[in-house]
Amino acid sequence: MELSSESRDNRLCLHARGEMTIYHAAALAPQLLEALAQSEAVEIDLSGVSELDASGVQLLMLMKREAGAAGKPLTLSGHSPVVLEVFELLGLGGWFGDPQVLSAHAETRRPA
Amino acid sequence: MSLDLGDALQTFFAESRSLLEDMETGLLRLESVPDDAEAINAVFRAAHTIKGSAGLFGLDDIVAFTHKAENVLDRVRNNELDMNEDLVGLLLGCQDHIGRLLDLASDEEELDPDTRQLGKALTARLRASLGESAASLPVELESPVEKLEASKGSNDTWHISLRFTRGVFKNGMDPLSFLRYLGTLGDIVHLATLDDALPTAAEFDAESCYLGFEIQLRSDADKARIENVFEFVRDDCQLRILPPGSRVSDYAELIESLPENSVRLGDILVACGAVTQRELEESLALQACQNARQVPQQALGEILVQRKAVQPELVDAALSKQKDARQKQAQESRFIRVHADKLDSLINLVGELVIAGAGVGLMAARNKDGAMIEAVSGMARLVEDIRDNAMRLRMVEIGETFNRFRRVVRDVSKEIGKDIDLEINGADTELDKTVVEKIGDPLTHLVRNALDHGIESADVRRARGKPVKGTLQLNAYHESGGIVIEVIDDGGGLNRQRILDKARDKGLIQDGANLPDRDVWNLIFEPGFSTVEQVSNLSGRGVGMDVVRRNIEALRGSVEIDSREGEGSTFRIRLPLTMAIIDGFLMGVGDIHYVVPLDMVLECVEMNGSGAEVGCDYLNLRGEVLPLLHVKKHFKLDGRAARRENIVVVNAAGRKAGLVVDELKGEFQAVIKPMGKLFEQIRGISGSTILGSGEVALVLDVPVLQDEAARLDALAVAV
Repeated sequence: MELSSESRDNRLCLHARGEMTIYHAAALAPQLLEALAQSEAVEIDLSGVSELDASGVQLLMLMKREAGAAGKPLTLSGHSPVVLEVFELLGLGGWFGDPQVLSAHAETRRPA
Repeated sequence: MSLDLGDALQTFFAESRSLLEDMETGLLRLESVPDDAEAINAVFRAAHTIKGSAGLFGLDDIVAFTHKAENVLDRVRNNELDMNEDLVGLLLGCQDHIGRLLDLASDEEELDPDTRQLGKALTARLRASLGESAASLPVELESPVEKLEASKGSNDTWHISLRFTRGVFKNGMDPLSFLRYLGTLGDIVHLATLDDALPTAAEFDAESCYLGFEIQLRSDADKARIENVFEFVRDDCQLRILPPGSRVSDYAELIESLPENSVRLGDILVACGAVTQRELEESLALQACQNARQVPQQALGEILVQRKAVQPELVDAALSKQKDARQKQAQESRFIRVHADKLDSLINLVGELVIAGAGVGLMAARNKDGAMIEAVSGMARLVEDIRDNAMRLRMVEIGETFNRFRRVVRDVSKEIGKDIDLEINGADTELDKTVVEKIGDPLTHLVRNALDHGIESADVRRARGKPVKGTLQLNAYHESGGIVIEVIDDGGGLNRQRILDKARDKGLIQDGANLPDRDVWNLIFEPGFSTVEQVSNLSGRGVGMDVVRRNIEALRGSVEIDSREGEGSTFRIRLPLTMAIIDGFLMGVGDIHYVVPLDMVLECVEMNGSGAEVGCDYLNLRGEVLPLLHVKKHFKLDGRAARRENIVVVNAAGRKAGLVVDELKGEFQAVIKPMGKLFEQIRGISGSTILGSGEVALVLDVPVLQDEAARLDALAVAV
């Protein structure tokens, strides 16, 4: 799991790459929370996420709630097919409320 | 799958194999007692559990095939289908096929065309067995099963409440995989993820699970099957399942029993489509009212049945499932799975401890410190106990290996059209696990030989006045520090003349040589030796018996044959109990130490006045004549003649002999180390061990020495 960040118009954009799973959850959680504390608005780019398990989902849910509590906007973007599959399974697309773009090879899935 | 389930997968394979064994045992029992309900249930449960677990790991081939077998078993269980010999045969075939699929899956290999073809053929036969029976059986209109199915009808949406415990990740499980698997049972109509248990960022532990799920599942699976989906996380989740057609009040109960805020849960249920908003409000109000009046709470199951919301069958199924799970847990808590390497390293350490202890004992004896010697002997006793207990950890009963042969005997006797019974004695005899693993192949070969060549066909048996049914016996028992395994058949026995002819053809013996029976029988262990004119596909190819002997000898064991023409043969395998540590008897010859296993030693006598002359090869021991073996002469040792020689009378494999040595040094715990590559070929020495003083002692291979002595005698006579 790699996390790189760049600032874009007052907004911190985090690029998550690799496995967002229990193996990396403990290391990833403080990084994400720290990034949220440091900035006014956060976007998490999920296009590079190759695996997502329940611990990753739960971490994203925590981020969303913490951001809401702090009154900061948090958006998820570039959902990879893996992320889409999990969100679809858990019915979380609407919960996060971010636009999800279906990639070309995910045409079998219904849009959430 | 997101989480690495590697360990769980290994557990699955191990469990499935033992389930397959259960299945086989059950099926074999069903062959003799076709209406044994317990056996039918055991077989069904085994298939069912394998299917459920395989689904969890996405092993679709196994799920698909096992499902078909399970269908047939289910019909048998419900008395809709009669168990008979053909069906048992077919199901045994299915059990083999599942085993093959498991092997392929564990090797991560694809299905090969042959396996696929076989699977198709079996499936077709399974289907045929279902079809025929449907036509021939009277239709039972009043069967409760059908009523249940009919009532499922249109409304078949289950509601499942799932809360995972904090530790589920740490146990290597990913809740998502269970949800995905649940999806294979039917259609997940709605799934709501609950984040209510998520703590604040400060208290959040990324490796704990805080999630809960409310699921609407449309499926015609039964409750037990849905529960089974979560079998692997049974301890790591709270699971509540409401069957289709549950009343609003049941949902209200559910809401009460869940940790989350009632209103919020109610909203979720409404969102799921399980209840409507109005129903929910009424029901919650009713419940609040009841609570105020302090109505004693009934068990949910009772309420559900009372209101006819759940069929009693469902509750029964759920209860028996729970009982099963509890029994399984109780069983699991009595056993611990330990990696064999850990045991090996423990035993190695104990071995070193024994050597070190011997060193301390030697020091104490040298210093003549009485208190010290006493302390050391106390410690030595404890070390001995530890050693015995550590060795016992590796001991397993041979019964499991023997039971495998029930199937072999059944299949082979079917194939060659003989009626053969298998008798097993001493199944609880224990021996070292490594020995058990390695003895399987040679035993299989001996058993097949006995079935194929040993026991005659029914006609021949009748003509010879024997019972038509042949008997094969597998016996195991302990004898002088080793274990003896016997394969006994009541067949025709070995044909001495034919073996001799064949041996002469092959140039193994010379014309006119007059061999005792024992040596004649041993000829069949020579490479490429087979007396059977007709090679069957079971045995008789002449490869094998020599391999059997090699395998057994590699375990420091021996094999011998008793045979009587027309009455049968006995193959007797003798194996050492363990390969690592033995109680030995230490002897000195010149400057060299020798050890023999203490269990072989019968008695010690002094050379002078024992009835044997110095230099003589025989001993008259109270009227019994024993061959003497001069260790010094045999190993061609130099050195002055000892002042006094001693004879150690040993009994190896039922033969007695006297070993002539210089000095007797007494009992000694020997940690056997194998001989180095260079010395492996030396005959008469089976290993080495280290004394407390750091010197090396050699472990004598008594049976080989006896053979050597006999050979030398024969030569001497011939000359």
